[in-house]
Amino acid sequence: MTATPVSPSEPELGRARKRKEDARLVTGRTRWTDNMSPPGTVHLAVLRSPVAHARISSIDTSEARRMSGVHAVVTGADIAQRQGSLPCAWPVTEDMKAPDAPSMAVDSVNFAGEAVAMVAARSAAEARDALDAIDVDYEDLDVVLDIESAARDGSPLVHEELGTNRNATWTFDSVEAGTGGDVEQALRDAEVRVDRTFRQQRLIPAFMEPRSVLVDPTGEQYTVWSATQVPHILRTMIAMTLGTPEHKVRVIAPDVGGGFGGKLQVTPEEMLTFLMAEQLGRPVKWTESRSETMISGHHGRDQVQRLSLAARADGTVTGLKVDLLADMGAYLRLVSPGVPILGALMFNSIYKFDAYRFTCTNVFTNKTPTDAYRGAGRPEATFAIERMMDELAAELDMDPMEVRRRNWISHEEFPFDTIAGLTYDSGNYEAATDRAMEMFGYQQLRDEQVQRRQRGDTVQLGIGISTFTEMCGLAPSRVLGSLSYGAGGWEHSQVRVLPTGKVEVVTGTSPHGQSHVTAWSQIVSDRLGVPFEDIEVLHGDTQSSPRGLDTYGSRSLAVGGIAAVQASDKVVDKAGKIAAHMLECSEQDLDFAEGRFAVRGTDKGVGITDVALAAFTAHDLPEGVEPNLDAEASYDPENFSFPHGTHLCAAEVDTETGGVRIRSYVCVDDVGSVVNPLIVEGQVHGGLAQGIAQALYEEAIHDEDGTLTTATFADYLVPSTMDLPEFRTDRTETEATSNPLGVKGVGEAGTIASTPAVVNAVVDAIRHYGVTDVRMPCSPQRVWRALSEARSSSATEAESGGGLGSSDSDGGFATGGDR
Amino acid sequence: MPRITVDVDGTTYTDEVQPRTLLVQYLREQLGKVGTVVGCDTSNCGACTVHLDGQSVKSCSVLAVQADGHEVTTVEALSQEGRLHPLQRAFHDNHALQCGFCTPGMIMQALDLLAENPEPDDEQIREGLEGNLCRCTGYQNIVRAVRDASEQMRPGAGPAMEHSGETPAPRASSEQADARVTGGQ
Repeated sequence: MTATPVSPSEPELGRARKRKEDARLVTGRTRWTDNMSPPGTVHLAVLRSPVAHARISSIDTSEARRMSGVHAVVTGADIAQRQGSLPCAWPVTEDMKAPDAPSMAVDSVNFAGEAVAMVAARSAAEARDALDAIDVDYEDLDVVLDIESAARDGSPLVHEELGTNRNATWTFDSVEAGTGGDVEQALRDAEVRVDRTFRQQRLIPAFMEPRSVLVDPTGEQYTVWSATQVPHILRTMIAMTLGTPEHKVRVIAPDVGGGFGGKLQVTPEEMLTFLMAEQLGRPVKWTESRSETMISGHHGRDQVQRLSLAARADGTVTGLKVDLLADMGAYLRLVSPGVPILGALMFNSIYKFDAYRFTCTNVFTNKTPTDAYRGAGRPEATFAIERMMDELAAELDMDPMEVRRRNWISHEEFPFDTIAGLTYDSGNYEAATDRAMEMFGYQQLRDEQVQRRQRGDTVQLGIGISTFTEMCGLAPSRVLGSLSYGAGGWEHSQVRVLPTGKVEVVTGTSPHGQSHVTAWSQIVSDRLGVPFEDIEVLHGDTQSSPRGLDTYGSRSLAVGGIAAVQASDKVVDKAGKIAAHMLECSEQDLDFAEGRFAVRGTDKGVGITDVALAAFTAHDLPEGVEPNLDAEASYDPENFSFPHGTHLCAAEVDTETGGVRIRSYVCVDDVGSVVNPLIVEGQVHGGLAQGIAQALYEEAIHDEDGTLTTATFADYLVPSTMDLPEFRTDRTETEATSNPLGVKGVGEAGTIASTPAVVNAVVDAIRHYGVTDVRMPCSPQRVWRALSEARSSSATEAESGGGLGSSDSDGGFATGGDR
Repeated sequence: MPRITVDVDGTTYTDEVQPRTLLVQYLREQLGKVGTVVGCDTSNCGACTVHLDGQSVKSCSVLAVQADGHEVTTVEALSQEGRLHPLQRAFHDNHALQCGFCTPGMIMQALDLLAENPEPDDEQIREGLEGNLCRCTGYQNIVRAVRDASEQMRPGAGPAMEHSGETPAPRASSEQADARVTGGQ
C-alpha cells in the first residue's frame, strides 16, 4: 500500500481558498472573551500604580468596600501568601538574577502600571468607580530608566535584594563553540572595520482586542476564558503558580483578536481574576481599557546594540562582534530573558563570517516588562546586520547589493552550517534577489537618485535593501533544552473520522488571526481525500485539544501542521487495514488516492467514508483492530525552518521638513511550499506594516519619572491607511527539507525584514550630506535634526567621513540620538 | 435614570440608562449586541463604528442618551436571510481580515464611505478609512475589498448581477440614500 495520496484533480495545497473563519467575523457572530458573561458574573477592575518605583506605605480600601455594588476589594497584602510568583520559563543562565514577580504588588511597586489593588463589583462601571475611592500612599524610591546607566555599578537598584540591575549575561563565541575563529583577531586583521551603535526602541504589540479574562468557578473544573495565544501553557502555569491542580483547570482561548507576541504571556490579571473567582465562588470577568494594555501589557524590543564588523577591502566580511544591552523592564515575564538571546543565532544572517562573538546583558529598569513581540530577537538582529552591510558598502563605496552578493551563502552551498551553530537546510538568495530587483526597477531608481543629487533636489531618493533570513518553527526540543528553555517545541494533533465520514482535526496550536482552520482543512483534505468542506478544525480549548504548545514564533504550520499530516497518515494506515479486510485483499495490494482505497490492477475499491462507517458499526473488523479510524501524533521538528527573502524600499526624504514617504516597496519572500497563497500574502502584508511602523512611527516613551507618555492610540502611532504604501509582493519557493510539506513559516517574515529596508532607504537618501544613521522611528523631526547636525558638522570639518574604517564618534548614536 | 427608546437593527428597545453610559456599552452590555466591539478609549481605532440614522459614528464617543429616538444599525444587521452584504462578501473574497476584531467597524465605516462616494479610488478609500485601525492586514486587502464592493454595489452594475448567485442585493446604498433624506445625525 502506498500512503502518499496521488491526486489527479487539483490538490488543496497551494489553493487560494477563501477562509472558513470569515463568515462569523464579518457578521459580528463572534466569541471574544469580553462578549461572554455567564449568569452571576461580577466584574473586576485593577488599580495600578501611577509611580514607577516606590514603597507602598499604606492602602486604605474602607471607602471602596462600602460602595454600591462592590463585592470585594483585595490588595497585594491580602493575597501575598496565595498568589505565588509569575513564571519565567526561560532562565537563560544558571546564575540568572530574578526577582519575585507577584501578580499584585505587596510592599513595593517597580513600574508605573503595576497592579496594587482590585475591586469586584456588579458592573464594570461600579468596579472602576470604587478604584477611585482606594487611597494608596507611596514612598518614592529612585527611578531607574536608562539601560546603559542601569547596567553600571553604583546605579540605583530596581530590586535592592538582587544587588544588581543585571539579570544575566549570555555569550556565544565561535571559538568556544568550535564553529569558527577568534573575532578579536579578525578585527585586528581587518582591512576595513566598521563600528556602529544602534538603538532598538521600545515597542508595544498593540493587538486590536484588549485583553480580557473570565473565570467561572462553578463547575467541577475552573473554566478560564482568556484572550491568549497560549491556552495550554496558561493552564499549566496557573497550576504551577497558584497550586491549583492542573486537572481542575480548563482554559479556553475563544476568538482572540490578534496577539503578535503580546498575548504570549501568563499575565498578572489572569491570576488575579482566577483568585477573585476562587474567593467569590462566582464568575469574574476582567476586561482592560486600551490604556491598561499600553502600560501593563508587555512591551517589545528595547536594546542598545554595539556592533563591530571586520572585512577585507574587497568587501568580504570576516568577523562580527555583537554587544547588546537588553531592557527587561521591572520583572521577568514568561520568556523575557530569552528574547534577545534568540537574536544570537541570527546576527550572522545569510552571510559567511569566519568569526563571531555575541554578548548580551539583560538589565532591569523601572519600566513595563518586555517580552516577545512579532519576531522576538530576530528583527533586532536582522536590523543591525542589514544596517551594518549598508554601512560597510558606504565605507567601501560599493553598491550595497554587491556587498551582500559577495558574502551570502550561495544556493549550491546548502545545507550550510553557520558560524552561530545552526544548519540552514535550504535557500536561494540569488533567485529571490533577482526577482525583487527586476520588480523594483533597481537600476532606474539608482539613476534617478543620482539625478536628484546632481540637481540638488529638495526631495532626495534613497534605496534600502534587506536580504534576510530568520528561523521559524520554534523549535527542536533539544535545541530549546540547550538554550535552557523551560519547555519543548513539539506540537500535537488528532484526526477524528466521524461515522458519516466527516472529519474533526484537533490541533494544539492556537490561532488568533492566522487562518489555521482554513489551512489545516486544506492539509488534511489532501491527506485523506475528504472534501475541504467536510473538515472541522478544533483548537484553543484544553478540553477539546488537550495537548499542545500553542502559537508563536511562526511555529504553527511548520510544527503543528506537520503533526496534522502525521496524524492523517496514521488514519490512512488504520483505514487501510479495514479496507483490505472489506475488499478481501492484502494491505500491500491497496493504493490510496483521493479518499479511496483501490485494489491495484482491479476496479475494486472502497471509499474512506465507507471504511469509517464500517469501523463505527464494528460488525466485521479484522482481528485486533479497534472500532474507529482516529489517530493522533506529536511531532518534534528536527530543525528550525529558515524563510528568507529580499526586501527593497524606495523612500523620498524631504530635506526641508524631514518628512519620509515610501514611494515603492517590493518584497520577494521564500517561505517554502505554500498551503494557501491568500493567507501567506496577508501575513506578509501585516508583517510589513508592523516592521515599517517600527522604522517610521512607533515608540513607547517614558518621561523622566517613568510614566509612559504614549499610553493611548492618540500618542502611540499605530499606522493608519494613510501611513502605509501599496506593497508589491512575490514569492520564490525553495522547499524546506526538514519537514514533509516543505513549509517554513511566514508569520514574522515581513516584520523582520522590512525595518532595516526602510531605515537603509532613509539613510541612503541623505548619506551624501554626511548622515550615517537616523534613530528609529525616523520621524520628520529626527530626520531633519540628523540633516541639520550633519550639515553643521561638515561645515566645520574639512572632510566628513572618508577613509577605510570609521566609528561613531562618541560610541553613542551617530546622529539623531534624541527623542 | 433617563429613559430612552432606540431602534437597533430593526428592534425597538426602551430602557433606563445611566447618563454616562456610552452607546457602545449600551449595545454590548444591555442589549447583548456584542458584534460591535471596543478597541480603545480615545476614539482612535474605530472598532466600535456603527450607523446612527445611516451615518457612521464611533459608538464609544456617543452617549446612549444621545441615541434616544434614533435608529442604530450595527454589523449584525447587514446580512439578510443568510446572505452576506456585498461589503461582507468583499471582505471575505479579498482576505481583508485576519483576527477580525476591527472588521465590524471597518465594514460599517466602508459602508458610510461608499454611500458618500460610490466610486472611490484607492486614495479616497484610504482617506475614508483613516480613522479605523487594523493591526493585522496592512490595509492593502481592505482597500481592495472596498473597491471590489463598490463595483458590486455600483448602481450601473445592474440588479441582475447583484441578486444572482452568492452576491446578495445591494441593500445598503438605497438604505443609505433613504437615511440621508430623513436627516441623518
